[in-house]
Amino acid sequence: MCARSAETSRVLGCITGSAGISSWWSHVEMGPPDPILGVTEAYKRDTNSKKMNLGVGAYRDDNGKPYVLNCVRKAEAMIASKKMDKEYLPIGGLADFTRASAELALGENSEAFKSGRYVTVQGISGTGSLRIGANFLQRFFKASRDVYLPKPSWGNHTPIFRDAGMQLQAYRYYDPKTCSLDFSGAMDDISKIPEKSIILLHACAHNPTGVDPRQEQWKELAATVKKRNLLVYFDMAYQGFASGDINRDAWAVRYFIEQGINIVLSQSFAKNMGLYGERAGAFTVICSDPDEAKRVESQLKILIRPMYSNPPVNGARIASMILNTPDLRKEWLTEVKGMADRIISMRTQLVSNLKKEGSSHNWQHITDQIGMFCFTGLKPEQVERLIKEFSVYMTKDGRISVAGVTSGNVGYLAHAIHQVTK
Amino acid sequence: MAASIFAAVPHSPPVAVFKLTADFREDSDSRKVNLGVGAYRTDEGQPWVLPVVKKVEQIIANDNSLNHEYLPILGLPEFRANASRIALGDDSPAIKEKRVGSVQCLGGTGALRIGADFLRRWYNGNNNTATPVYVSTPTWENHNSVFMEAGFKDIRTYHYWDAAKRGLDLQGLLNDMEQAPEFSIFILHACAHNPTGTDPTPEQWKQIAAVMKRRSLFPFFDSAYQGFASGSLDKDAWAVRYFVSEGFELFCAQSFSKNFGLYNERVGNLTVVGKDADNVQRVLSQMEKIVRTTWSNPPSQGARIVATTLASPQLFDEWKGNVKTMADRVLLMRSELRSRLEALGTPGTWNHITEQIGMFSFTGLNPKQVEYMVKEKHIYLMASGRINMCGLTTKNLDYVAKSIHEAVTKIQ
Repeated sequence: MCARSAETSRVLGCITGSAGISSWWSHVEMGPPDPILGVTEAYKRDTNSKKMNLGVGAYRDDNGKPYVLNCVRKAEAMIASKKMDKEYLPIGGLADFTRASAELALGENSEAFKSGRYVTVQGISGTGSLRIGANFLQRFFKASRDVYLPKPSWGNHTPIFRDAGMQLQAYRYYDPKTCSLDFSGAMDDISKIPEKSIILLHACAHNPTGVDPRQEQWKELAATVKKRNLLVYFDMAYQGFASGDINRDAWAVRYFIEQGINIVLSQSFAKNMGLYGERAGAFTVICSDPDEAKRVESQLKILIRPMYSNPPVNGARIASMILNTPDLRKEWLTEVKGMADRIISMRTQLVSNLKKEGSSHNWQHITDQIGMFCFTGLKPEQVERLIKEFSVYMTKDGRISVAGVTSGNVGYLAHAIHQVTK
Repeated sequence: MAASIFAAVPHSPPVAVFKLTADFREDSDSRKVNLGVGAYRTDEGQPWVLPVVKKVEQIIANDNSLNHEYLPILGLPEFRANASRIALGDDSPAIKEKRVGSVQCLGGTGALRIGADFLRRWYNGNNNTATPVYVSTPTWENHNSVFMEAGFKDIRTYHYWDAAKRGLDLQGLLNDMEQAPEFSIFILHACAHNPTGTDPTPEQWKQIAAVMKRRSLFPFFDSAYQGFASGSLDKDAWAVRYFVSEGFELFCAQSFSKNFGLYNERVGNLTVVGKDADNVQRVLSQMEKIVRTTWSNPPSQGARIVATTLASPQLFDEWKGNVKTMADRVLLMRSELRSRLEALGTPGTWNHITEQIGMFSFTGLNPKQVEYMVKEKHIYLMASGRINMCGLTTKNLDYVAKSIHEAVTKIQ
């Protein structure tokens, strides 16, 4: 079976028990450093007291600190008082959580939800949910191997689908000239996508650009996608976090389903509930009927079992407690709006401060864009100057995490940006 | 509306062990006993959250400096280091020589999967799906699936369980290793073999290691029961540590589901032992890429509990005590079941019940006898004849023993 000669085995590495013999791993290359992590590493090493980390996508409060939601603390206390056991969850996850996740995304009045023609399994936050979906499509969506991503998209989308055995294609999305949506480009490309391909759409708060279609544009996208008979994969990582309104942020997802498009959907509760490290997420398939949903569910479990057997309970229990307890749910909606409002306010303040600095550029895109991230339009050379001269850290593409901006440092940020762009 | 793209998706049969528990739950017979799924139960037949875990959860809950931020991709550093230290020993030369790497994973399954995904990409050439992977006969059924899903095309079995003598088929095992193509990967159960409960003795492990070294076979240990098997962490890690001392590069997938009772928190660790620090560093950098597309970063709660416990001498001792409590109860149930069967004069020999180790026992009951147990006696066990000793209690021992006696005498 293994046609390795003795010579080759020496090259590849072979253990014989004595020191000095090469390893099995001699040929393993050093993996490239993660670009976003690299930003944080450099930030940590910087001794400038004014330094700002606008790299990583985690919410910070106005003091620049991580924020544990009050409703999360309350949910944790309630869970602790119930003294629950630690028995394995079902492979598909905590039922109260998956049902509540589906209802949150689809809306309680959704026909698809009420009829039960859907299946939702718990996933390891957004990444894990995307991966399960990708593996499911690889196995059961025989019509195509092609997944179309917007240009640009979250960096991890490509390797996730690739590792699942799919191929990546792209459609135009972001217009760097206007720092907004290239709608005609997108429509042009999407209308040419081969039928029965898979198209991935960001439900709201597009990552990394912050550029979302308007509702009329979503309607046109839905019509085109339907015409091309494409399988729609929605990635919703920021429901509630984008506009502050969970229903508004889920509008596109719900509209597509209402138009008869049976989507697949991945959800994350990392940002909107601040449950980052607890890995709470869900993957949903809208089906023709409940029977099909049951069959799909059985196959999703077959994919999950050899990956990690069954999902972690903690984040799902917290999310479930919040979504299913009326008082907590109300408090959560207020808190998520609070986070979204702070982001929106920072965008506004950044633009007004840039004006105050005397910048003559048009910075409207900063307030037009939505969600955690903002594609500033800054060029790599300008980004490098921001890092070197002002200790303002962001990724080379000019993306900033608005969550890293506070009322205390927005002035400094505006000053720095003005200096490198004037 | 066009026919659904998923119209042709067939219904997949459920995983057997979970179906067993589902059937058990629906059974209304008051005598019912669940000897299926591998989770610890108290003598009252209840799940047991370890006292040390409850204590540590309180500590964590009261620590206002903690939040829910992302862990690093490879996991909580304190967890990783401590977890590998538990497997390899405080005085492990490999740790001293800094040639040990660790990846926090989702349970033992997750650790196996990350290891398998890495091996398929980087072992024995690049993207080598053809390297044979050997699993024991029998083995935990998910081993096959994990390596298949990782992309390995050639999964084979090695002799392990000798049904006739109800023990280890050492000669068959060694023969398979002699015949295996060089560089084949062997999944070894570090202790408390699942499902047979039959482990090689230290002398037998030495023979296994010698053949593997000579034939350049790769050891991938599955360690899901450290501490739980004999009651001693060190004793249960003997085989892994022996292989390390013999200079092997190896992987060890560790689970903290059973020995910490943290089943649903998904706490696992992949320990990587390499020739030197540089190799291990590059291996970990590639594993990081694999983790990133699988779950991005691991769940924090369970890892924190384990890390906090292992890092504190006092809590560590408490934990060892809790583990011994579980192991001792299992040992007691083993001896009680055996003595009852012998007292009943149940045909056959029953010393394997106490000679086997860990949570499971391969009773030797055949599928028809198992069916009798399930349908007539409402005692749920796997078709293989595997029973979970933790399902036995002082209250149901008599009933189970009598039922086994009936099954063996009535059904052939």
